[in-house]
Order: sequence, then C-alpha cells, then structure tokens
Amino acid sequence: MPSAASTRAKAAVLPHRRNDPRPEQEVGCRANGTLTLMPQPSVSPPPIVVQSISKTFRVPEERVHTLKEYALHPLRNRRHQTFDVLRDISFHVDRGEFFGVAGRNGSGKSTLLKCLAGIYGVNSGRIWMDGRLSTFIELGVGFNQDLAARDNVILNGIMMGLTPREARRRVDEVIDFAELREFEELKLKNYSSGMHVRLAFSVAIQVDADVLLVDEVLAVGDAAFQQKCFDVFYRMRDEGRTIVFVTHDMGSLNRFCNRALLLERGQMVHLGEPHEVADRYLEINFGHATEASKDGATEPGRSGDGDARVLEAWIEDEGGQRPASVPQGQRIVLKTLVRFAVDVEDPIASLYVLNEDHVAIVVATTAREHERSGHFRAGEEMLCSFSFQNVLAPGRYNPLFTLAHRGTGMDLIDRMEGAFSFVVTGPEAMGGAVDLPVEVGISRNDAQLPASVEA
Amino acid sequence: MSTEANALEGIAPKAPPFEGLGRPIKGPGALTHDWRRFWHLTYNIARNEFKLKFFGSFLGYLWQVMNPLLLFGVLYVFFVVISKVGSHGKPDEQFYGVQLLGSIVLFSFFGEATGGAVRSVVDRENLVRKIQFPRLVIPLAMTLLSFFNLTMNLIVVFIFALISGVHPMLSWLELPLILALLVIFSTGLSMLLSALFVRFRDIKPIWEVISQIIFYGSPVIIPLQAVREKLLTPPHNSEVHQILYHIYMLNPLVTVFQQFRHAMVTNATISAENALGGWPAMLEPVGLALAVFVLGFWVFNRSAPFVAENL
Repeated sequence: MPSAASTRAKAAVLPHRRNDPRPEQEVGCRANGTLTLMPQPSVSPPPIVVQSISKTFRVPEERVHTLKEYALHPLRNRRHQTFDVLRDISFHVDRGEFFGVAGRNGSGKSTLLKCLAGIYGVNSGRIWMDGRLSTFIELGVGFNQDLAARDNVILNGIMMGLTPREARRRVDEVIDFAELREFEELKLKNYSSGMHVRLAFSVAIQVDADVLLVDEVLAVGDAAFQQKCFDVFYRMRDEGRTIVFVTHDMGSLNRFCNRALLLERGQMVHLGEPHEVADRYLEINFGHATEASKDGATEPGRSGDGDARVLEAWIEDEGGQRPASVPQGQRIVLKTLVRFAVDVEDPIASLYVLNEDHVAIVVATTAREHERSGHFRAGEEMLCSFSFQNVLAPGRYNPLFTLAHRGTGMDLIDRMEGAFSFVVTGPEAMGGAVDLPVEVGISRNDAQLPASVEA
Repeated sequence: MSTEANALEGIAPKAPPFEGLGRPIKGPGALTHDWRRFWHLTYNIARNEFKLKFFGSFLGYLWQVMNPLLLFGVLYVFFVVISKVGSHGKPDEQFYGVQLLGSIVLFSFFGEATGGAVRSVVDRENLVRKIQFPRLVIPLAMTLLSFFNLTMNLIVVFIFALISGVHPMLSWLELPLILALLVIFSTGLSMLLSALFVRFRDIKPIWEVISQIIFYGSPVIIPLQAVREKLLTPPHNSEVHQILYHIYMLNPLVTVFQQFRHAMVTNATISAENALGGWPAMLEPVGLALAVFVLGFWVFNRSAPFVAENL
C-alpha cells in the first residue's frame, strides 16, 4: 500500500490530476472527532446540464426540390418519415470534468454534440450551457482558401466569439503554435494538407474556451499530430476545462475521461465509469451479451459467445505454489484453463492485469508469438500461461482473461474478470505503477553546475 | 406537492435539475443575444470578401466597376450620342448621362445584393452545419458587401456629375433617405431569397427573370416621363392604364431612382412625390419595402433553426 508520505510527495510534485472532480463530497470532521465524508453544497451549478432532450428528424417521403413542383402538385404525397435520433437524454457535466460520449455509428452521439453546440435545435427538453464554447466538429471550418493565413485566423477567432481586437492579439500565438511563422501571409490554397490541419487545430485550441466539444476530430491526421492533440487535451484537462468528447475509440475513452455516456439508437444505455461504458460498448458492438452462453445463463463479469469457457484461473510463483500474495522480484505465472464447447480454430488468449485504479499495467496476448494456437475440438481443454518478472508496484491486482476468435481479438469467446485477485508485496511503494529496476548514480562534476540527482 | 407537480406535468415544463441554472440555450436561429458578435461577424465577412475582390485579381477594383460602366457606356452611346437625348433642350433631360449612370449604379446594388444572397447560405454549408452562429449574418454580409461596392461606385458617379457640371444642391442631403429605402427593400428580399433557396432550388433562375423584369420596370432605361406620357395623358388614360400606373409606382425602386434623379441631379425632373400624387401616396412604396423586409425576416427566422438539418 502506498504510504502517506509517498502520496503527499506525489501530490506535491505531479501536476494536479482531477480523478474525481465532483465537488459534492469533502472530508469533514464529526463532533466526536472521527473523519467522515460530508456532502457539500455545490458552489455553482454544473456548466452543462441536459434535461430530457429528444430530437426527431422528419424527412418527407417525396422530397420537393423546386418551387415549381411545390406549386404544381398540391396533392402530392405529404407523408413524412420520422427518425428519432435522440430519445429522452439527461445528464450533466461538472466543471473540469472530461466527459466521454460513446456509441456505434448512428447512435446519435454526433447529433447530441451538435445539439449541445447549438447547431441543431432540440424538439423537446432543455439544455443549459454556461461559459464560452468551442466546438471541434471539423477542423478548419470557415477557412477561406483565397485569404492569407493571418486573415483566416482572425476571422475564425471572431467566428468563435472573440472580438476583432482579441482575435488580432492572438494571431501571433496561434501562428507560432502551428509553427507556420514563415507562411503567415501565404494564401491558404497554397498550404499542404498537413499545414492546414496544424493551423486549424492551433486556431481551435487558442480560443480559451471554458467548455470544449470535440467530435472524433482526432480520427484524421498522422500519428505525430494525434499525439500533439492528446497532449493538448491532457493540458486542458489539467487546466480544469470542461470537455465533452465524442468517440468510438475505447482506448481514448479510458485514457482521458472521468465519466462517460453510452448511446445506442438515440437512447442512454449506460452512464458511469469509462471502463464500464467501454465494456458495454464492446458487448453491443458484437451483440453477444444478449445471447445465452452455451452452458446456460451468463454470470456477471462474463461475456462472449461462449464457444469455450474459462474454467479456472490462478497465479503460480517460482515454486509452483498458488499463493495469495507474491513478493516483488520473483517470477510469477498467471495461468488459465479453458474448455471448448465447440470446435474453435486458433483462438487468442489475452491477459490484462489491472491495478486498483482499473489501469492495465500488464497486457499480454498469445496472438504475438502463438498466432496459430491450433485447432481445438469440442470438449478439449487448453492451458495458457503468462509468465513475467514481478516488477509490479505493491498493491492489489485483478487479472482479466479473455478468449477471442482468430482475427482482431474483438470477437470474444469468453471473458473472465474478477476470478481472483492477488497482492504484490514489497518494500515501501514509491508511487509508480511499476517498480522497474533503475540504476541511480551520483558523481561530482567539475563544471560549475551542481551535481544532479537522478531518481 | 407531488400531486401538484403531476397535475402540471402536461402544462408546465419540469423543474430544472440543479439550482442556480440560468436560461436554457435557444439553439440555432437567425439572431442571437450577442449583438456585438453579430455585427463583428457581418462586417468581417463582408470586409474579407471585399478585400478579395478589390485586391484579389490583377486589376482589382476596375473589374468591379467595369460592369456598370460598360452598361452605361452602351446606353450612353445609344441615348445621348445617337438619339441625342439631352440636347433637345428639355430641362428634365439635362445631365442625362449622370441620371443614367446613377440609376444603373443603384440598380447594380439591388441586383448584386439580392442575386448574391440567393446562394449565400447554401454555399456556406460547411459553416452552417459545423459552427453555431446567428444565421442572419450571411445574407446581411452579402448586402453589406454590395453596399461597399455601391459606395465606391457612387464616388465615381459624383466625380462624373461634377465634371458634367451638376451643381451641388441642398437636396443632396436626401441621399441617406433614398439609400435607406433602397437598402431596406434589398435586404428584405435578400433574407427572403436566401431562406427560400435552401428549400427550393429553382428560386435562382426564377429570381433572375424577375430581376430582369424589375430592371425594365424601373426608370433606368425607360424614363418615368415616358411611362407617364403613355399611361396618364389623354386619350390613353383609361381605367386600366390608371391601375397599371399605380402598380408601376408601387415598386419602391421607382421611388428610389426617380428621387435620386430629382434630388441629386436636376430639380427639373419630376420628383417621386409628385409622380405618386402627393406625400400620402409615398407611403405605398415605402410601406411595401418595409413589408418585404418584415416578410423576409420572418421567413428567414422561421427556417433558420432547421437550416443545418435541411442542407
């Protein structure tokens, strides 16, 4: 367990990360001296509040495009097709929270974002929005190709709500961030696509908004650009801005978001922790959760099509024993026994070792080296083992095993979570997620600079 | 308390889930609460488009002013040189060239503002569908852009007028009023057309035809005097002719152009007031212009929230 001293040290050095920005609870002191969690009245309401909004698109069955048709055919088919894209959505986003919205294509998440942004109107319900808004639905909206970059930046700044004077003042910052100083007078049509994207992104984030709405913008752009985007989002989160992030990349969802909402066909399916939302999303995506497994009803914590079943999972130490706690420094093996209900070809087994914060510290899969794991017939059993040197930081760990069909690894056969947990013991926890062997050295330097201490 | 809430359920909206929330957002619309941003956006869009036209191409502004000047050149040659209008000694045909150019320039504004507005919203589809801003900015920016052009053209007209020997008159102070009527009428039509075009794509060719009809139905080429002679003097002034004249005079552009000639060029031409038959009758074209403005705004305002979806 991390000691109080190391936790304090960590808090002092690292930038303040908001893991739970909800201000409702605070540690207080009861009359008899014991500590307790006290509900604290919110100082101000959350910046984004959505109450029972619904949106319906009415598309006429016969689309009339011209005035002539409209006037000449008064008896035409006036029926409409209605699409309920959003049904009774309610949620709120607290100040400084990074809120994710996930869902399949067509679930209504982009429509929800556009309603929040004020681009679409809602048919019923209300939305409250407090603070200056910046919307990233597409980068470079409003760019006029014939104007110079400088003029475009100013125009875009005004579009986002700055006054012309503010926009002009920020131009230099924006251009410097995009690293386009030499090209600022050049017309936009002469820019390469990479320059376009850099400029657009730089413009969008410089607006200094209180609330950001981001819609899968990161899907475009190369890896370097995506990394830059991620860095900016981390920074914004640390600065306490409220962000609503629409995505269908569960990795980003888990990495950035404090809370998330899952939409399916316009309805709220789940609202809560990102990893829960990610799990439900995967279930819906592959539609296997609703099917009963081959053996009968599924237990909580299991999912998959049930072509095989994880019977048992355990941990072994160097001596082959199955302890409840393992010390650092030893070699440990995590094993799982699977029985197949039907014939399966080349299944993939994966291991995720999660710490108490639900962060995956160790991830391993048989797909790497045992791609052709073999043809298993119904009734046969398979033993998978994952062996590694225990450099985990002291604490409790929950392993999660999945078995998937050959391919991407998303087509689940079975998943076992919470079968057991184990504790890693060791000397005082330093606060890192893993305790890798680090060589520390100090020596005297003959130059003026004092000796630097590495840790 | 709960029964009361249930009874109200169908009538009043539910209470907000948190305390201290202000007003809910209104969604997309023609206008928003932020007037400064509205004005800044309109002005900057118009200014950027103007800069592009002015500095964008090689000869820049010359291309802009070439259009009315060419038309003027052709008509000038026909009317003044060939038909010798203006040299017959008729007082209302004095400075005919300036009268002609003035009307052409004013109609140019009307044509540009309305014609440019028709496609303006649809052309900026990506803006409308991706950013929240008051939609009315777009047609108004087009009108403002045409107004910039009008200002530049009027300077040319004034130079030409002074060269031709037109005397500055007190009635020159009427210019803002004349322009106001023109702008109100044009803006109303701009709003109406840009909103209609989103739904009906044949508004563009329809408007082009109507615009041409208005051109010939306004005293640009066909002077008001000729119309009056045809319809009002005996033995032609039958009931039908009276009504036709009345309809003709309803066109606010007739008032604009004629008053421009009267107040700015030479008092010898008949003023709009007299052509209409007195002050009260002036309310008709002015009223029509205001009605068009209100109608245009109403149509645009109604369709503005759905523009993003319908595009």
